Amino acid sequence: MTADAPAIEVVDLRKVYPGGVRALDGLTFTVGTGELFALLGPNGAGKSTTVRILVTLTRPDSGRARVAGHDVEAEPQAVRRAIGYVAQHSAVDREATGRENLLLQGRLYHLPGRRLRARVEELLTSLGLGDAADRVARGYSGGMRRRLDIAMGIVHEPRVLFLDEPTTGLDPESRAALWRDLTDLRRRTGLTVLLTTHYLEEADALADRVAIVDRGRVVASGTPAALKAELGGDTVVLDVGAGVAAAVAHLLAGAPQVLEARAVGGSVHVRVADGARALPALMALVAGAPYEVRSATLSRPSLDEVYLHHTGRAFAQADAAGQDGGEGA
Amino acid sequence: MTALSDTWYMLVRLLRATWRQPVWVVVELVQPFMWLVLYGQLFGRVTEIPGFGARSYIQFLTPGVAVMTSLFGSAWAGIGLIEDLDRGVLDRLLTTPASRAAIVLARVLHSGTAGAVQTAIIVLVGTAMGARIAAGAAGAALLLAVAVLLGGGFAAASNGLALLVRREETFIAVLNFVTLPLTFLSASLMSTALMPAWMRAASRLNPVNWAVEAARAAFSPPAAWGAAVGDVALLAAFLAAASAFATWAFAAYRRSA
Repeated sequence: MTADAPAIEVVDLRKVYPGGVRALDGLTFTVGTGELFALLGPNGAGKSTTVRILVTLTRPDSGRARVAGHDVEAEPQAVRRAIGYVAQHSAVDREATGRENLLLQGRLYHLPGRRLRARVEELLTSLGLGDAADRVARGYSGGMRRRLDIAMGIVHEPRVLFLDEPTTGLDPESRAALWRDLTDLRRRTGLTVLLTTHYLEEADALADRVAIVDRGRVVASGTPAALKAELGGDTVVLDVGAGVAAAVAHLLAGAPQVLEARAVGGSVHVRVADGARALPALMALVAGAPYEVRSATLSRPSLDEVYLHHTGRAFAQADAAGQDGGEGA
Repeated sequence: MTALSDTWYMLVRLLRATWRQPVWVVVELVQPFMWLVLYGQLFGRVTEIPGFGARSYIQFLTPGVAVMTSLFGSAWAGIGLIEDLDRGVLDRLLTTPASRAAIVLARVLHSGTAGAVQTAIIVLVGTAMGARIAAGAAGAALLLAVAVLLGGGFAAASNGLALLVRREETFIAVLNFVTLPLTFLSASLMSTALMPAWMRAASRLNPVNWAVEAARAAFSPPAAWGAAVGDVALLAAFLAAASAFATWAFAAYRRSA
């Protein structure tokens, strides 16, 4: 791999599962060496399928993917040597101790014994598992198991680390700790990380760049700041009730200062250049229609607004719908 | 070379997990003893039936129980693989450069090790109860070979089955459906001479019966080993076929992932 070759290159991946579920529909993105790249999307958007293809567990129907300079289908062994993988659900061996889990994982990468033992010691300490190292993992808390998962993902010092929904199911404290560990790890190693998440704030806080995935395609990508700046202006959210939200959105979309207006549940999200100035005029317009405004909030655009803008759906609703549709594909 | 070391490290993992379940270890060790005592008492007098062909039932029973234990232990081998599959451990192993063959081979060897230990215990208990291995060490070696071939074969088949059905309930149902009939369609507990003709015919196609015949020969003087050679060859073929099935099932699992 040359210095400027991308760490991950994904071109037009497609995958349909038996039964006709279209998981990937022409997914394309590139991750530079040393970047932390987040695939952000609701449940069922195709994030896990993408990761499973990149870590050689699943084959795409068509398209091409390279990791650390190697084609995932033509050179799976070379890819496996270069990557670490932390799956959505903890994959530690619960009948083994933390230390035994790490030692076995390292041996499968054929690390020499002395170096491996030193490395395992270092990881156990730096991830705060030192005291629990010789206890069977069955008795670990969710957060401890997750840290052990991550330690196993990096025991062999991979060039590219895949984290599939690393904080799903963790309590807020463990999540914050994991964010710290991850930031720390990157500062020390310059590791390339591909992270999938359905937490907007996680992508916002951690990622150098984000790709928003919807229905198996990348609908927008860039730095979180650029994605938000691209929308421009501010967002005004007016709570008007589910019955009339669509009518109010339609009414406001015609107003001169409004860039975009969408109904989401009982609210209307209105994008305007200068929120503070536009708010009284918008309120007056709605009141004159006449509809009642129950509350109004004003904010800088969040990734939530970016998602809404590119997909026409609110993130939380898409996420809940994806959850109903079965496992996170 | 790395395939061997991968297999070794994965085998250590499985053996360690087994060792950490003291209740399991005790049950597995005591159970063969129970078979010998229970069946020995229950069926002790069948040797008086004309045509049974053996005079001492414990001499007849010990190799039969050794084979039964090897069968039951190894047939369940796949359940651990289903657990690895559900827990994501199998996927984790598959994303490492570790040898794919080592993943199944370690499980087969794990069953083989457990089976060999159990066989040794049965022979010790059986001997204490009056059974005699006429050929001494050579007989014990033949018995061990039989236990390993049969156990390895059923362990491989069981892992293949696990990869195909992927659900504990289905796996257990299929196992129960298969193992007991295979036991009764063999000379484990009852002489085939006393079976109805159709059962005797079916027993000739049964790997468990091949193992029982060969194991029983191991308790006899070497002069009577002639027929056992064919049985051992058949068992080796069974092991090869079961391994091919497991390899195929593994490839099928990876394609469908």
